[in-house]
Amino acid sequence: MEVFLRGYSALGPYVPVFLFIVVAVTFGIVTLFIAKLVRPHRPYPEKLSPYECGVPPLMEARERFFIRFYIIAILFVLFDVEAAFLYPWAVLYGKLGLYGFIEMMIFIGILLVGYFYAWRKGALDWVKEG
Amino acid sequence: MSVLWWLVTLVKVGVIFGAVLGVVAYMTLAERKVSGHIQLRLGPNRVGPFGLLQPIADGLKLMFKEDIIPDHVDKVIYLLAPAISTVAAFAAYAVIPLGPPTDFFGLLPEPVPLQIADVNIGILYIFALSSMGVYGIVLAGWSSNNKYSLLGGLRSSAQMISYELSLGMSVVGVLMMSGSLSLTRVVEDQAGLWYVFLQPLGFIIFIIAAFAETNRLPFDLPEAEPELVAGYHTEYSSMKFSLFFMSEYAAMFTISAMAVTLYFGGWQGLPGLGTLGIPPVLWFVGKVAFFLFLFLWVRWTLPRFRYDQLMNLGWKVFLPLSLLNVLLTGLGLVLLR
Repeated sequence: MEVFLRGYSALGPYVPVFLFIVVAVTFGIVTLFIAKLVRPHRPYPEKLSPYECGVPPLMEARERFFIRFYIIAILFVLFDVEAAFLYPWAVLYGKLGLYGFIEMMIFIGILLVGYFYAWRKGALDWVKEG
Repeated sequence: MSVLWWLVTLVKVGVIFGAVLGVVAYMTLAERKVSGHIQLRLGPNRVGPFGLLQPIADGLKLMFKEDIIPDHVDKVIYLLAPAISTVAAFAAYAVIPLGPPTDFFGLLPEPVPLQIADVNIGILYIFALSSMGVYGIVLAGWSSNNKYSLLGGLRSSAQMISYELSLGMSVVGVLMMSGSLSLTRVVEDQAGLWYVFLQPLGFIIFIIAAFAETNRLPFDLPEAEPELVAGYHTEYSSMKFSLFFMSEYAAMFTISAMAVTLYFGGWQGLPGLGTLGIPPVLWFVGKVAFFLFLFLWVRWTLPRFRYDQLMNLGWKVFLPLSLLNVLLTGLGLVLLR
């Protein structure tokens, strides 16, 4: 049992994982390469134009876009950091007991204040009412 | 690391990768079959018996298709995006335990774990890779120089990061109970009782967020056909398209396996009844198959959400609910101890 389960070093268990990733990468490259050998290649300008349902494309594709996407990204970073804090706490929860519970509730409580502030300010509304 | 260790590891890597590929290929067939029967059609049944060779025919066809790289695409990123998607979707499989350690009926001197590696942060590893999947999609959308692709990529990334929060937080409840990030430990912990009975709210949040994470209906806004043609992969053709396609199904497979591992006892048999003489691996396969079917069933039954509804649901309903789940789990554990 030990031979297969023991961690040889901190990175020991990751050797097979790395191997798996290498296989996945190789698979992608090989399929793309084989396809390259067998497929036809006959480009002409109309075929290479961006797809816009057959109509000649107007304007640049990379236009300005909705500001909400940006706000969502910022909020995500905020709450994801919170989730990152929750993970180690959750793993150790059995050992922390009531003290750990109260500590984390205070932490989440502070975050909730920010969350409801964002909600009141309308940062969570995708479409503004009225 | 002995020669035998390397041999066993290589075989495991080969078999599991092949299995994932096979499942992905046959999921495409299952999808068309299930959708066919739900809509009172037969689905593909011409290539081979019951259409069983259809995925192979599809794969070959895509391989022989011309690969169109449109003008003005950002070439390096454009080529990189499908690769990132595929690797992220496939690599997540490395840490999922398929069964208890086994010596294959005495074939090997010692039992080997039926997973590629028991990484002690298995859950984090899977979440990290599923976040990498977002890069594939947003880079594909950005580099394609196409308005539909750009909008699809943006929508997709916003949707995936929003639901990733709920997904990540819903799992915290499980972590509090198991006290470990290792998926093997989580499964072993569920020998008596599956976590779904202790974490019903967490499971509901998890599975709905999983649908959003994999961009499946009712949350398939990134490729809503009537609005965005095909979303982020509008400009992809031939093998690059099929890599995106495969990674979508592989992601679905991963998340199903995650749901089984975290909430339905992984390879464990029924709570209280044990495995009933059925090998644990088959329990695992059966449960995953059920979840994969659920994905198809939901897709062909429910209509699509509107984008603002989707975002409201994610931020105003599931995020607070997942925090509530953490609170309830914490309270329950404190009171019971």
